[in-house]
Amino acid sequence: MKSKLIIGTLAGLCCITAALTGARADGLVDPSRAGYLEAFKGKKVAFVPIAMGFDLAQAWNSQLAKQADELGYSYVVRDPNWSTEAGAQALTQLIAEKPDLIVVHSPDIQSYARLLKQAEAAGIYTVQINMKSAYVSEAYVGSDYNGLGETAANLIVKQCGEGSGKSGKVSIVQGVLTGGASVYQIEGIERVFAKHPEIKIVSNQAADWDASKAKAITQTVLQQNADLCGIIGFWDGMDSGIGAAVREAGKTGQVYVVTSGGGATSACDNVNNGTFSALISYNAMGQGRDLNTMIKALLEMKPKPGTVKIIDYSPLTVLTKDSLKPDSCWALPTATASK
Amino acid sequence: MPKLSQEQIVFLLWVVMFATFAFALPGFLSYGNIITLIRGVAVLGILAVGMAIVVIGRGIDLSMIAVMAVSTAFSFVLMTNGYPIWLALLLGLVFAAIVGSIIGFLIAYVEIPALFATLAMGAFVYGFGRYAVFGQDLVYLPPSAASIQFLGAGWVLGVPVPILLFVGSALAVALFLLYSRLGQFVYATGDNPASARISGLPVRPLIVLQYVFSSLVGYAAGLIMATGVTLMNTRIVNSTLLYDVILVVVLGGISLSGGKGGVRNVIVGTLLIGTLLNGMTIMDIQYTGQNVIKSVILLIAIVVDSILNPRDEQTAQQGDI
Repeated sequence: MKSKLIIGTLAGLCCITAALTGARADGLVDPSRAGYLEAFKGKKVAFVPIAMGFDLAQAWNSQLAKQADELGYSYVVRDPNWSTEAGAQALTQLIAEKPDLIVVHSPDIQSYARLLKQAEAAGIYTVQINMKSAYVSEAYVGSDYNGLGETAANLIVKQCGEGSGKSGKVSIVQGVLTGGASVYQIEGIERVFAKHPEIKIVSNQAADWDASKAKAITQTVLQQNADLCGIIGFWDGMDSGIGAAVREAGKTGQVYVVTSGGGATSACDNVNNGTFSALISYNAMGQGRDLNTMIKALLEMKPKPGTVKIIDYSPLTVLTKDSLKPDSCWALPTATASK
Repeated sequence: MPKLSQEQIVFLLWVVMFATFAFALPGFLSYGNIITLIRGVAVLGILAVGMAIVVIGRGIDLSMIAVMAVSTAFSFVLMTNGYPIWLALLLGLVFAAIVGSIIGFLIAYVEIPALFATLAMGAFVYGFGRYAVFGQDLVYLPPSAASIQFLGAGWVLGVPVPILLFVGSALAVALFLLYSRLGQFVYATGDNPASARISGLPVRPLIVLQYVFSSLVGYAAGLIMATGVTLMNTRIVNSTLLYDVILVVVLGGISLSGGKGGVRNVIVGTLLIGTLLNGMTIMDIQYTGQNVIKSVILLIAIVVDSILNPRDEQTAQQGDI
């Protein structure tokens, strides 16, 4: 009787084990997967950057293209190559072509506002990347420039503010005055400096995102203010010029140069060699992934265009020579870098 | 009252402005600031000297900035890919020379007007560069080639190298135009190409030479500009730099109809622009404001010139724009 029970139990265990292992071999179908993949079938996503030829756009593009490839939706890029008119034209054309979603990088806060509204009316989702337009569309993915300005200003206050024994003289080099990156960032900077009367802005100029112009401006400012304490630049690609002027004046280390950017290797190199004292990175590769998440969310949820407004600010990392790690910056995969 | 030439008017304008700034802005007259002022426009001045030769020969080179950006970027890309510095520099030079001779050939032998030939070639060269040479607008100078930073950021005897190169190139071109036979030929061609040709001057080869020269000057200026900031910003092609170069040339009094003017005019124009930019930066006037003031000053120069030197049948030349 007892032995029968044992045999029975053993047999039962056997069956259960067999059933379990059998089930393991067959695997389970994730019930969400078919719907997930279905959501992207035949969809079309378009990307209109300011231009393709700079690190940020290339990082975003490499991420966008990768996901489109994986999920099998079509993906097109329209490159206006720094021309606002060409960009507006590309958008108008795209609205007529009716893709499901457009990723837009606005050159300034006004130019594309009306077109974004038109896209919404045409039933196209628009996701804005890193430079905000005055018109809030379905989503904005990118830096919180008010916050970035604050961070930059606080770094300067720490170096040049009360108790530092320095002059407190600061120079600001903006990009294009009307750009989303400039108008919001300068607000953050000024708000912080307003609380610190010991900080004095001796120069506040725009260098048109050009390194040579930034250099010429900085040379003049350094000449006029030998005791300049800090400089805030608005983009690392332009701010190499600021660093070059400081280096040429023999003031590397004495003048605190704060810059910000997408965190490409060239920027980390410049932190490492002392051209920049601090780099505020908004990690463009990470932004690319955020963009992809946003695209997936919108295509899966299918909200009525204009009914959602999602803001997704990118996390900021302050990189200095001390906090720099080998993987702090990213390099493009060679396939995209060569083209 | 003696008649003032445009060059003299611009020079006077510069003197007035310089004196005002010296009086009103503390530190403006210091040695350091004067050096900064000239260094800020050294590259512009070098480009303008190159453009001057073409304009005196009754041409115009709208592809200069594109050639400058692409040939310099080409050289940097080669360095990044491990070519020895001298070879990379040489190949950049060869590239610029080839582009210059194609442009010259199109103008001299195919007889396409310079305006169209250089406009088209400029777009082509930049497009070619974007397609085949570099994928990004910013082409960085590799750390291995740090030694050539001397060109754009070095100092010799308390003077920055770009200024020395500007002075050197201005002197060389001035001597070439004034004292060499070839220089005189350039004036003759610019003044009247038909009669120059009838008198037996090698007008066509001379034209090719001018564009090769301006392309090479573009390359040199590109190297100085880019080594100064350790990167070549190829987006400069879309900026107003080209117009600034033409402005400096024309403002100083070199006529677009050719055959007139010299290096002195370029220097006067460059000084005016340099002083203006430096003074306005010291006063912390915003970029947009600077552009307005710059244009107003230029308008004043042109208006004064046309009042003092009204155009008539005697002074007007065929081809005057």
